[in-house]
Amino acid sequence: MIRLFARHRILLPAVSLIVLLAATFYMQPRAMSYFGINLLFNLAIPIALATLAQMMIMMVNDIDLSLGAFISLVACITATVLHDQPVLGMAILAALILAYACLGALIHWLELPAIVVTLGMSFVWAGLALTILPSPGGSAPAWLRTVMTVKPPLFPMAVVAAVLIAGLSHVLVIRSGIGTVLRGVGGNAASVGRAGWPLLRLKALAYALAGVFGVLAGMALVGLTTSADANIALRYTLLSIAGVILGGGEFVGGRVSAVGAVIGALTLTLAASFLSFLRLSPDWQIGAQGAILILVLTARLIFTRRDRTQG
Amino acid sequence: MKTLLLSAAAIAMAATGAQADTSGKRIALSNNYAGNSWRQAMLEAWEDAGSAAVDNGIVAAADAFTTSENQATEQAAQIQNMILQGYDAIVVNAASPTALNGAIKEACDAGLTVVSFDGIVTEPCAWRIAVDFNEMGRLQVEYLAQRIPEGGNLLEIRGLAGVFVDEEISAGIQQGIEENPQFTISGSVHGDWAQDVAQKAVAGILPSLPEVVGVVTQGGDGYGTARAFDAAGRDTPLIVLGNRQDEMLWWAEQRDANGYETMSLSIAPGVASLAFWVAQQILDGAEVPKDLNVPFLTVTQDTLDDVLAETPEGSVASTTYEQADAQAVIEAAE
Repeated sequence: MIRLFARHRILLPAVSLIVLLAATFYMQPRAMSYFGINLLFNLAIPIALATLAQMMIMMVNDIDLSLGAFISLVACITATVLHDQPVLGMAILAALILAYACLGALIHWLELPAIVVTLGMSFVWAGLALTILPSPGGSAPAWLRTVMTVKPPLFPMAVVAAVLIAGLSHVLVIRSGIGTVLRGVGGNAASVGRAGWPLLRLKALAYALAGVFGVLAGMALVGLTTSADANIALRYTLLSIAGVILGGGEFVGGRVSAVGAVIGALTLTLAASFLSFLRLSPDWQIGAQGAILILVLTARLIFTRRDRTQG
Repeated sequence: MKTLLLSAAAIAMAATGAQADTSGKRIALSNNYAGNSWRQAMLEAWEDAGSAAVDNGIVAAADAFTTSENQATEQAAQIQNMILQGYDAIVVNAASPTALNGAIKEACDAGLTVVSFDGIVTEPCAWRIAVDFNEMGRLQVEYLAQRIPEGGNLLEIRGLAGVFVDEEISAGIQQGIEENPQFTISGSVHGDWAQDVAQKAVAGILPSLPEVVGVVTQGGDGYGTARAFDAAGRDTPLIVLGNRQDEMLWWAEQRDANGYETMSLSIAPGVASLAFWVAQQILDGAEVPKDLNVPFLTVTQDTLDDVLAETPEGSVASTTYEQADAQAVIEAAE
């Protein structure tokens, strides 16, 4: 029964994505091509990475409100320092990941609410981003641009990248031993602690992983946009939370799905394009996006309830 | 409206002699924000120019799209969607001068013509219809120097912090001050281009200011500034205005009451129609330089009544550009 439950969890996001994709292709047949699919989904790759970063935090029952600002900062560093002095750039990005780990440790050690700490940090990241890049500019390192515009055979970059990211993070979070323990921290931190695991280090690890995915998201974004802006990724904070939830994750209990998170991010991106193809007035678009979210969540609730009564 | 249709019809006749036929071409507007009077007037200008051109068979479509959250990543996705929708040209008012470059490159590579205006983009394959905001700041100080040769203290109202336009206008004002050292900026506040914000900000700083002879602004903030001076019981200084209807109405009232004299300048939201015609000209096969300049729309004591009568309540003074205007701007740049 639990297996079925787990399968349902990923089934629903997948079905929503397929339905939306079919509707989009019906509306805009031109999208049904190698080139079209890449255009539809390439900007979903940084969102998918951001969603995975958020998932790492939500996995240990916290929430990160600074993610958008953090990714903007990474984008600014990638377009400036990493481009001009690769070694220094790498070092700064590594330091940022370390800062995320320290943040996780601090939140656990002082028992601070993550929502407040990360909200505060969002201003720190935004300030640093403005200091590094006061006016929009910079340029993407050539290798990064190559990676993000590569044209693999058969499937476009966006699809290959999404599958790769989903697969690797699935292995990391769901299959590996340490991933299972991390999810356990979200499920029942006290038990994991009594079993002898160092909670402080685990929490720091979860945040560090979020930092890694955040850095990857910022780099992927710059690879696509070719240059940065201190406000470039601000909307990723809320998109990433919505993506995790849409993909079958929960706010508490360590119940997350890496594949689901990637699908959630793709669905959100596609929903926006679909509404734009519908020629819906922008005043209604935010509302319509919200309606799609509520629709999927309602469907999920119905599935969960039924599953529970049967089990 | 009638004259607009007539002139558009005249253009349609003239255009039949052009190099290429654009009647099957589709042009889209990618706009990042619609939340103020300037942007609303801009969208109307696009709608007017676009629908007249469609009716006259000059182009097949001129659709406007606005992003809901004013975010660069959202607009990049919007532009990529336009490529999929099969538009021949995209006219962009960009959320960021750089963050859309990837999407715009995709559009150019797919064979689309991209024209950016107001919020321009740095991607070399796109055309830019730029406003010399720096000059807009400098001109204000120059005007003040004519009116108040002895100089004095100025109050500067700035726009939204961190936005390129705000920095450019402010830099132009600084340059003007350097050229006219009899003026000093004794205070500066952020009015965010909104009357209510400007009024609150000015009211907050006024008690700490010495006598102010002039106020340099960025548009959308002049009326709020005047009200703050009024509420504090201080003499109204010379406020340079920004073509908003409420500002011009206040100006006309003051002029009738006590002979108040000033000037007002801004970019006409009609620049959207200019961008439309430039895109049409490029599709038509015209040789167009990548960088074009839009003229300011200046309102003086003499033209105030006419402009005010034409400006709808709550809107911004505007002019609608025609195909001939676009050709003139293109020629001026060559």
